[in-house]
Order: sequence, then C-alpha cells, then structure tokens
Amino acid sequence: MNLLETRCLSRSFGGLKAVDNVDFAVPEGQVRALIGPNGAGKSTFVAAVCGRIRAESGSVHFDGKDISGLPAHRRIEMGMAYTFQITSVFANLTAHENVALGVRRIARLGRRDIDQKVMEVLDRVGLTERSDQSAGDLSYGHQRLLEIAMGLGQMPKLFIMDEPTQGLAEGEIEEFKQLIRQLAGDTTILLIEHNMNVVMETAEQITVLNSGRVLAEGSPEEVRANGDVQAAYLGTG
Amino acid sequence: MTGNLKENSLHVGVLVILAALFFVVSDYHDGNLARIMVLAVYAVGYNLLFGYSGLLSLGHALFFAAGMYGLGLSMNLLGFAALPALLIGIVFSAGVSAIVGFLALRTSGVAFMIVTLMFAQAGFLTALHFGEYTRGDEGFVIQQASRMIAGIDLSAHANRYFAAFGFFALSYVAVAILVRSPFGRCLVAIRENEERARMLGYDVWMHKYLAVIASGTISGLSGAAYALLFGYAGATFASVQYSILPLLWVLLGGAGTTIGPLIGTAFAFYLIDLASEITTAHLLVVGLTIVLLTLFAPQGISGELRRRGLKWLP
Repeated sequence: MNLLETRCLSRSFGGLKAVDNVDFAVPEGQVRALIGPNGAGKSTFVAAVCGRIRAESGSVHFDGKDISGLPAHRRIEMGMAYTFQITSVFANLTAHENVALGVRRIARLGRRDIDQKVMEVLDRVGLTERSDQSAGDLSYGHQRLLEIAMGLGQMPKLFIMDEPTQGLAEGEIEEFKQLIRQLAGDTTILLIEHNMNVVMETAEQITVLNSGRVLAEGSPEEVRANGDVQAAYLGTG
Repeated sequence: MTGNLKENSLHVGVLVILAALFFVVSDYHDGNLARIMVLAVYAVGYNLLFGYSGLLSLGHALFFAAGMYGLGLSMNLLGFAALPALLIGIVFSAGVSAIVGFLALRTSGVAFMIVTLMFAQAGFLTALHFGEYTRGDEGFVIQQASRMIAGIDLSAHANRYFAAFGFFALSYVAVAILVRSPFGRCLVAIRENEERARMLGYDVWMHKYLAVIASGTISGLSGAAYALLFGYAGATFASVQYSILPLLWVLLGGAGTTIGPLIGTAFAFYLIDLASEITTAHLLVVGLTIVLLTLFAPQGISGELRRRGLKWLP
C-alpha cells in the first residue's frame, strides 16, 4: 500500500514551474531518495507534500486520505515529520526541550516517560551529553543531528528529510547511514540528498526530479545507469 | 535541588513573604502593596502573552477596563452584589478578548500592535461616549457598603490587603503552572520559532488565540479587583497609558519570567513614589532609570538574574 501519493501536483513561482504535474508514490516502509540538480524542485515538492506551501493544483494523499486541503500542522499530526534544509531549531531552548516538544505532542505521557523517550532519541543521534545545552550553542553538525532527533521523537509514519547530511562530518554521515538502516522497515523515509554515497547506500528506490518533472525512477542501479539522469547532472544533452 | 523543587520553593517563598510583609511594614506601605499586587495581576496577564508567547499587544487596557466596568457597572447600574459582579467582570473581559483576539490574530508583528491599539482606543472612546453611565474620565465611585463578599468588608485595611494577595496568588500560581505545562511550553516554542512549532504539528493559531484569551481574562480580573478593592472605575484606566504600563512593568521586571511582573510593578511603583518625594521632576528620574535598565539589563531585573547564574529561574 502506498503511504504517500501525489497526483498531478503543481506549483509555480511567477513564470517558473517549480513543480510540474508530479505523480509520485511511496509504499509503506520504503526508503525513497529524491534527487536532482539544484533548482529541480525537490524542496518545493516536499514543502507542498507537508503543507508548508500550497500546491496550485493536483492532490496529496497520505495514509489513504486526501490531505490536499489540510494545513501543515494537521498533516504533521497525521504522522509526518519534516526536517528543515536550513537548520531550524529552537536556539534558546535546550536540546532536550527541542526534542521534548516533538515527543509531547504525540504522546500523552507523564514527565518521566517523556524524559526517557527524549533521552533515548538523543542517544540515537549521539547527543546525550549535550542534552542540557542550548540548541543555539551546539555546533552546526550537532544542530543537524538535533533536527533529525526532533523528527525521530515524533515517531512518524513518514519522515521527510531535506538534505540531512549537509554539513555533517564523515563520521557523522556514517552514523546517519546506520540510523536510516535501523529505521528502514518501521518508518517510511523520503530523503532529499545531494550526497550520492548516502543515496546509493541507503535508498531502496530513487526518484529523479529535473525542472519540476519526474525524470526517472528506479532502483539505485537503474538510476545510476540511466542516460537521461547522467545528462541532467552533467548538464549536457 | 532539582529545577522543579527550586521553582516551587521560589513561588511559595514569594507568596509567604508577601503575606508576611503585611505584619512588618507600616500601614502606608500596606496600602501601596495592596495596589501593587492588584496591578501585578495585570502584569502577570500581560506577561503571559508578551513574555511567553511573544505577542506584543498595545491594547490590554481594553481588557483591564472590561473587567473594571464589567464589575463597576453591574454593581452600580444593575445592583448586583460584589461576588456576581466580579464574575461578570471576568466573563466580560474573557468575551472581549475572545473577539479582539479572533480579529487581531489575522495580523502579526507591528500590525498586531496597531490593531490591538486601535481596538483599545475604540473601547476608550466608547467609555467616554456613554458618559451618562460611565461618567467618562471623571469615573464613578463604588459605594463602600456594597464592596462586601461573604460579609467581609473589602474596603477595610487588612481585608483589602489579603484580598489583593489572594488575587495575586491565584494568577501568579496559575500562570506558573500554565507555562510549565505542555501548552505553555508550546507557547514558548512559538515565541522562539513559529514555523518550527507549526512543523512539529502544533496548531500555532489556536495556541496564540487561547493565550490572548487567558491573558485578557487575567488582565480583566485585575481591572475588576482594582474597582472592587479601591472602589473606583474611570475611563483613564481604558486609555493608552494603561496599555503601555503593563508592557513597561514586564520589561523592567523581566519578560518571560514568572516573578518578573511582580518585581517590575513594585519597582515602577516605588520608583515614582520615592522620586516624587525627592523632586518634582520625578518623571525625569523614572525616565533615566528606565534608560539605564534598558542599557545594562535589557532582559529586565529577573532576566538579568537568570543570565548571571540563576539559570533555573522559571
């Protein structure tokens, strides 16, 4: 069954069709990567999926329901989590509170259970020792990891990550790949990623966007071998 | 001590000191403190919206006056007893804040300030317009004989002090609990980063709306309590000056801290009181002090304490 589906989804800015009639489907439990050259419409596409921006036409279906008319917070409530491309943490709150805000919304737990869940999530991304630090004082890489932890804390059905490994060190990227492998199966993941190494090693399926349209779709091997994809990336026809 | 225990001890400590002060200081200061506590309720309400939710309203005088007139007019014109009139004042201010919040929250930032200011000015002019009932700027007195609840004369010195204390304790504790609750934590998250809070699945608009209503209702409680304990209601309290004052108190005391509103209200009250003993140019002293505080303690008094080591300060 498809957890997420879009039909003829479109959105333009001025004369530019950022997302152009995109039909897209992710089955439950899959790790899907969304790749494409800069300006291909990847971020706009996921923003329209989770409701940060309105699509002009087309529809979004999630968990069997048409969510095209729902505001962002209602879509998130249904089991989506979204991490920002440009780090967006609560800088003046502790790392612990950043994650707790996500955990509290989904679970009506007592204070102690929430604490436990938060620490478990922070531990998963390796931020246990920094739980009492203000998020704004963390290094850039740690803020990226905190973003991921905020998503994990919501125990989403669909986890949308917009360039999660941007700015991470080599070692952190290795750990990130581990994390995705652990999540795979339980959580459906939609990953926008520039690091091809991460994409090839974690994604089961890849969708390639170019100029707002789906250029290709398939397994990592198929996409790697696809001539159109190579052309789009190399910029030659 | 854990953070929670420290917070609770602070809150209990503040209330114990306030209650004990009655027996320690002179009658003159008792009177001042009663007034400060009632006005601090107003600051507590304002702080919930400004300090915790990050919404700067310039129209809270409307909510304060709604509580004040709700109580005053229902006693003087409709002959209600003090207790039901108090409830009418509270319900009326809740209703007014529900309407104003619903309309004003279509805007944000500077536009929100202007829209709330306009609503408050409209309220002020309404109070003047119906001068036949409100007696406008001159105001009206609520007879001492009617200011009784359960046989207790609230105009008597000690009764008035402890009634003011009760109102303050109620709002202080309620807001302290509220800002520690998941709802309050979400308000802080909205203040810090609204878009992130939305993308964590929180209904940002609804949280802000409820914050406006809670803040407006507490402000209305303060207005009603003021009229009840000091026996006067007038349009001055609906003027723009009374929208600026709680902002000033909260800024001085420390926005987004539970204790800040009380500190700020007391500080501003005694600053004017002491300065006017020394010089007729007391507003100059007040102005200078405010400038110095903004320069050297921009987070307000309790905000500065928090920065300098009392990190747990709620």
